[in-house]
Amino acid sequence: MKVVIASGKGGTGKTLIATNLAWMLAEGGVDTTYVDADVEAPNGHLFLHPTQVTTSRFASPLPTLIGPTCSGCGDCQRFCAFNAILATADKVLVFPELCHSCGGCLDACPDNALEELPRESGTLTVGEAGPIHFRSGHLDVGEPRSTPIIEALLEGTPDTGVVVVDAPPGTSCSAVAAVKGADQVVLVTEPTPFGLHDLELAVDLSRKLGCQPSVIVNRSDLGDAQVRNYLNAESIPVLAEIPFDRDLSSYYAEGVLAAPVHEPLRQALEKTVSKLLNGSIGGKAA
Amino acid sequence: MKVIAFISGKGGTGKTSMVASFAKVAAPVVAADCDVDAANLSLLLDGKVEHTERFMAGQKAHINPDLCTGCDLCYERCRFDAIRPVDTLYEIDQLACEGCRVCHQACDFDAVELTDNDAGEVQVLAAATGPVVRAALEPAQSNSGKLVTRVRVLAREESDRHGLDLVLLDGPPGIGCPVHATLADVDLVVVVTEPTPSGEHDLARALDLLRKFGRPAQVIINKADLSLTMTERIHKLTETHGGEVIGELPFVPTVPAALAQRRSLLEDATLRPLLEALWARIQGHPALQAETEPAAAEVMTK
Repeated sequence: MKVVIASGKGGTGKTLIATNLAWMLAEGGVDTTYVDADVEAPNGHLFLHPTQVTTSRFASPLPTLIGPTCSGCGDCQRFCAFNAILATADKVLVFPELCHSCGGCLDACPDNALEELPRESGTLTVGEAGPIHFRSGHLDVGEPRSTPIIEALLEGTPDTGVVVVDAPPGTSCSAVAAVKGADQVVLVTEPTPFGLHDLELAVDLSRKLGCQPSVIVNRSDLGDAQVRNYLNAESIPVLAEIPFDRDLSSYYAEGVLAAPVHEPLRQALEKTVSKLLNGSIGGKAA
Repeated sequence: MKVIAFISGKGGTGKTSMVASFAKVAAPVVAADCDVDAANLSLLLDGKVEHTERFMAGQKAHINPDLCTGCDLCYERCRFDAIRPVDTLYEIDQLACEGCRVCHQACDFDAVELTDNDAGEVQVLAAATGPVVRAALEPAQSNSGKLVTRVRVLAREESDRHGLDLVLLDGPPGIGCPVHATLADVDLVVVVTEPTPSGEHDLARALDLLRKFGRPAQVIINKADLSLTMTERIHKLTETHGGEVIGELPFVPTVPAALAQRRSLLEDATLRPLLEALWARIQGHPALQAETEPAAAEVMTK
């Protein structure tokens, strides 16, 4: 079962929920994998402290001019929908930051002058955090495209037990890559106009991808009632409400996983775990 | 004209409420929301809509079932898992399609059609602080970097049109494509962080990115009193990564409720003098003085 923790707005508490939820699941004897899919700002390792870590470099295929057969016709440049190729009479320049690795320029070239070579743009990490299987991706600083790393990370994750995915914020391509194929989407929000605005977009995204989301309201006592009114009107289930708590903030600030030591969070997440596991809430459309 | 961008690496550190506050202190200025996935600035800086345009980006493929023979040519070539079998034919998953046209090129039966993709909307508002540019990307769209570029271009046009010499950009979280697009022609970048391991880790990545792009960086530590140990570490980290901490703001528990009522941080007696002092530090940065060289050459935008 793939449970994706997502949000729309950044900083609502995705990583707090995802890491602690993974711990609760594993503590309850469930075979649990935590996947940090926020590859631009990956933070799960700061709380789960994985050991026995192995890393591998991630690479995408990049078209590269080989051999002397290029006739300078420019068909590759004309084909590329992403403006990633500049063809001159004697040279083909490929801009790796713009290339989507679709392979179309190779088909378009009548001279068989292009070949794809791997180009690295990030690191994939696998390890064990106590009973939790840990996986994460790091986009190299300066690289623009996070989606291919997220896809590789999730494709490489064994589909056993419960997989908790810590998604990137936002509602565009990188969030889509993390949410796609989810059995459950849990949106973490806060009761402010910002939270509400971005929650509506995230609900839309989740439904477009075929999953009825549920919600955890973080810092539930700070803000106003609009988020709750919206959730009621849309019949979106609330898994838990977590009030603001200076102790909880302090644990987070110290890089300490809170659920083992913070009773209110553990109780809130116990309910969440049972609702997720007993199938009583929305989830993936049949 | 000078452009200041606010970014953070980690989301939710307080970029938007700070940009709205600084816009009020510095008014009249142009303010633009470059977080096009989750655009919130105009919730705090609202005004009459003066201009609306659709944002068209790239193309999407469609398969004409009358021409499709189910031959597999497109299906085998698509690298984005965007083509799925339906009965004996194929159809295209519009959310997965990246508009690369490989299927169009592969099809021997002219069954693949390409249509321009309507990806969102851009607006210019007349707010009390000056023009506000905002955009809304449709959920599940790609091309956020291109939309950010459009927002920046409109912000520049507004500054010319109104004779305003300052543009504030409210940036997206992360360090990827939409952030690169935000940073393309800025003079100064302010990184807003918080004293947590996540804040620290993502600040380091944001500062490394700025160094790579050759942009001067100032750092504000928000909610600094939540962990004095982490705040101390962030001071040190900023120094070693080529930035400058220009100040700290305390955690004020009434802020979310105030934001819920669309009240400005400037109405808070504790925060107001601190925000004014921060703005003085930002404004005093050498990169914003009239005689400095123009920003480094435009980096590639996606």
